[in-house]
Amino acid sequence: MRKYLVRRVFFLIMVVWTAASINFLLPHLTGRDPIKEMMLQRIASQGLTISAATTLIQNYTELFGLNKPLWQQYITYISGVVQLKFGYSIPNYPRTVIEIIIARGRMTLPFLSVGIALAFIIGVLLGAILGWNKTPRWLSNIMVPPLLVFASVPQFLVALVLIYFVAFHWKLVPLGGAYSRNLVENWHSTKFLLDYARHAILPVLAIVLVEASGWALGMRAMMVTVEGEDYTTFAEARGLKSGRIFLRYQIRNAFLPSLTGLALRLGFIITGSAVAETYFNYNGIGNTLGAAIGNFDYFLLYGIVLIMVVSIALATFVMDLIYPLLDPRITYRAQKG
Amino acid sequence: MKGFWDYTKRNPSFGIGLFILLGLILFSTVGRLFINQNDAYTQTVDFNQPPNSKHPFGTDNQGRDLLAMMVLGTGMTLEIGAIAGGVGLGAGIVLGFVAGYYGGLFDTILTSIIDVYMTIPSFLILILVATTFRSVTLGVTEMGLIVALVSWAGSARAIRAQVLTMRERPFVMMAKLSGMGSLEIVMKELVPNLLPFLVMSLSNSVYGGISSSLGLEAIGIGNRRNPTMGMTLFYVNYYSAFLLGLWWWILEPVVVIVLTLTSLVLISIGLDEIANPRRRRKV
Amino acid sequence: MSTPLIEIKDLRTYFYVRAGTVKAIDGVNLILERGVKLGLVGESGSGKTTMALAIMRMIKPPGTVEGQVLLDGVDLVKLSGEEMRKTRLGQIAMIPQGAMNSLNPVARIRASMVEGMTDHGIRLSKEEMNKRIENLLEIVELPAKVARMYPHELSGGMKQRVTVAIAISLRPKVLIADEPTSALDVVIQRQVMETITRLVKELELSMILIGHDMGLMAQSVDKLAVMYAGKLAETGDVRDMFADPMHPYTQALISSLPVLGRRGVFHGLPGIPPSVINPPVGCLFASRCPKVIAGVCVEQNPVLREVKPGRWVSCHLYKE
Repeated sequence: MRKYLVRRVFFLIMVVWTAASINFLLPHLTGRDPIKEMMLQRIASQGLTISAATTLIQNYTELFGLNKPLWQQYITYISGVVQLKFGYSIPNYPRTVIEIIIARGRMTLPFLSVGIALAFIIGVLLGAILGWNKTPRWLSNIMVPPLLVFASVPQFLVALVLIYFVAFHWKLVPLGGAYSRNLVENWHSTKFLLDYARHAILPVLAIVLVEASGWALGMRAMMVTVEGEDYTTFAEARGLKSGRIFLRYQIRNAFLPSLTGLALRLGFIITGSAVAETYFNYNGIGNTLGAAIGNFDYFLLYGIVLIMVVSIALATFVMDLIYPLLDPRITYRAQKG
Repeated sequence: MKGFWDYTKRNPSFGIGLFILLGLILFSTVGRLFINQNDAYTQTVDFNQPPNSKHPFGTDNQGRDLLAMMVLGTGMTLEIGAIAGGVGLGAGIVLGFVAGYYGGLFDTILTSIIDVYMTIPSFLILILVATTFRSVTLGVTEMGLIVALVSWAGSARAIRAQVLTMRERPFVMMAKLSGMGSLEIVMKELVPNLLPFLVMSLSNSVYGGISSSLGLEAIGIGNRRNPTMGMTLFYVNYYSAFLLGLWWWILEPVVVIVLTLTSLVLISIGLDEIANPRRRRKV
Repeated sequence: MSTPLIEIKDLRTYFYVRAGTVKAIDGVNLILERGVKLGLVGESGSGKTTMALAIMRMIKPPGTVEGQVLLDGVDLVKLSGEEMRKTRLGQIAMIPQGAMNSLNPVARIRASMVEGMTDHGIRLSKEEMNKRIENLLEIVELPAKVARMYPHELSGGMKQRVTVAIAISLRPKVLIADEPTSALDVVIQRQVMETITRLVKELELSMILIGHDMGLMAQSVDKLAVMYAGKLAETGDVRDMFADPMHPYTQALISSLPVLGRRGVFHGLPGIPPSVINPPVGCLFASRCPKVIAGVCVEQNPVLREVKPGRWVSCHLYKE
């Protein structure tokens, strides 16, 4: 058990370190200085005065030791990352990157986690029903094409269509944003929570439509495989109730690959949701990412990317720990052969 | 050829997917004969027009003819997919085969790299790379190549796994015993047996490439003037097309994207059956 | 004479597929008396496993079951789904072939053993249930700690014993053992068969043992029924059949058994079992039969007749 944990933690660190290093190396590889570039852009388009720019450049040079040799800069950078010091968001000076990330992350996290959890549960259950031998064949088959389409398209596409029909045409939900303009962010206020929920309906729906479809299709196929397994036959031969066979034998065994799929897919869902946020005009971390790209806000960009990588790696790590609990055949020891 | 038709009959999804894809390719190539390519870029005075006789697909709010945009844009998106998929697969094949067949230190290193690589979401890597090269105009080829940077990993891993299972099979042992050189074995024995799997990998690769490129373009990364599907949607969002009720501007790229992606998925599924024959159930 | 425990009358299991009709079981009549162990032998494809499934009414579409399967006078074919469910394990219990994968991989042994009882209406307190489980495991000579383990932690022989324990947990009337030892090595095979035979005696059960191992049959059963291509070739007392096999197929099966001390050429049986899709008229064994009668065997279906008291043979060689 311990050895497994150590290996996973090591892997986690490797992933984060690689991402941070890529973050660090890329601008240096191209031989350009993103900070100077950013400053020049600011001067040109937003009237940042040259003196202010020079001060900022000086501050940064000291803060990150940009006049020191590369390897030293690297160490400073990595240690800065570990302390979650990502620097300042230039367009939003004096707000720090980490401050923005936390503020926006608070918006995204609730609907994102709810969306993923809902999508998984709905997807697995839907797939289980579709794959059950008591479900009429034609019903199961007719569901496949729409599910397939939804599973193949990116989230933002579904988001776009949803906004057009549900928000704009039928006016059932607000057009965008995380919460109404006239409200203040207050997680203790019921009014705010309800408003947040209303605004979160479409983003959650976008996640659910795309991901649940994929899992439903996978689960459906898996149910058919499980049906043909000896243990299902023997379960029936023992006169077990069909409800029990459905739950404890079929679903219980068939959903395991879906769980693996979830772990693998997590990064994709989160980044897809980030793109979708720009279409929802949602004030979350995805939209901020898009804005950072547009604003040449490199520090914010790198900060968000790194935080996302860390979150996804952590989530995958947690799933790795959960999986053996659900499948006793996987032990914490390394598999043989 | 007959084998091809038999297969398509047994595997309707492959046939349908192929049919749709060919339709799209036709649309984007033959369609060029029917349009004036400039209409996709220049701005006329007829902006925000719903589909009419002069502009069968309507125009956007910059006055660009949507039919021309669709024809060109579909071609561009497909091209990006082809480049990303092709290059990604090519690299994946070479690396996958070498790692799978020869093993050793190279294999260990490569697998570790791939594992780490695939845990970091490819989209984020793409954003980092694309924004770094921002000053360079990101044309179709460049987009394709950038996307290929992340698509090679998945292919390499899958191919390596296949090679590993094949390596221990009797027919490979026979080939070794009869004195065939390693490269010869790879080319003459392994590749032909893996051909369906490789084609499926290509389909997957192209699908992944187009998906990634869509994601990037949707937030505005790429050549903003190119009427690719993703870029068109970017503008749809930027100019809040739905608030203006310009449904055709939204509908057309969405339909093309749905058709493109679905057709590729269908092809992959159709090929999956031949590439991974399922265990036959006991009768 | 008391009524037989099981009476199978004209059992037919057909599968309607695109290529035609697969007659997996084509008119089988069989009787199992109380306390008797019946062996059902045949090659692969003879229909013997299908027999087990048909009796348990587990044939799935496109298969159908026609005919009668009387258990203590009750026709199982006519029972409702729920009634049949209760009959399984409660009255007829099956020991599956190859328990390698017959137990739920994600459930502990205890859970698998308990659920059979719970679903048949047995409500016990936790302590009573634990005792029962321990008891059952003891009967099949397994240590009590097995209950807390998972299937993949057990060896093949142990898993098979667990299925035996499950099979007897409700004191059924009949055991149907479908090649219970085929997947095991010879030493374990013997041990498991001994356990089964001992239990059948102690609990006064009847048993149908399905298999293809004639040697095993000789040691384990009282009566023997030989199946070929979905039909019965011969039935009778096992010792009698070994001493005096009457159907040419039975003769071939027995003569192919190696005997200690006797050297010589092994006699196999040329040819392969026929396909049972759209079977032709006439005896299906004719093409491989060393004693085939020209003109007769291929044209007329032989009928199962009582040629000697207690011995039924389906062959043109034996006229009334």
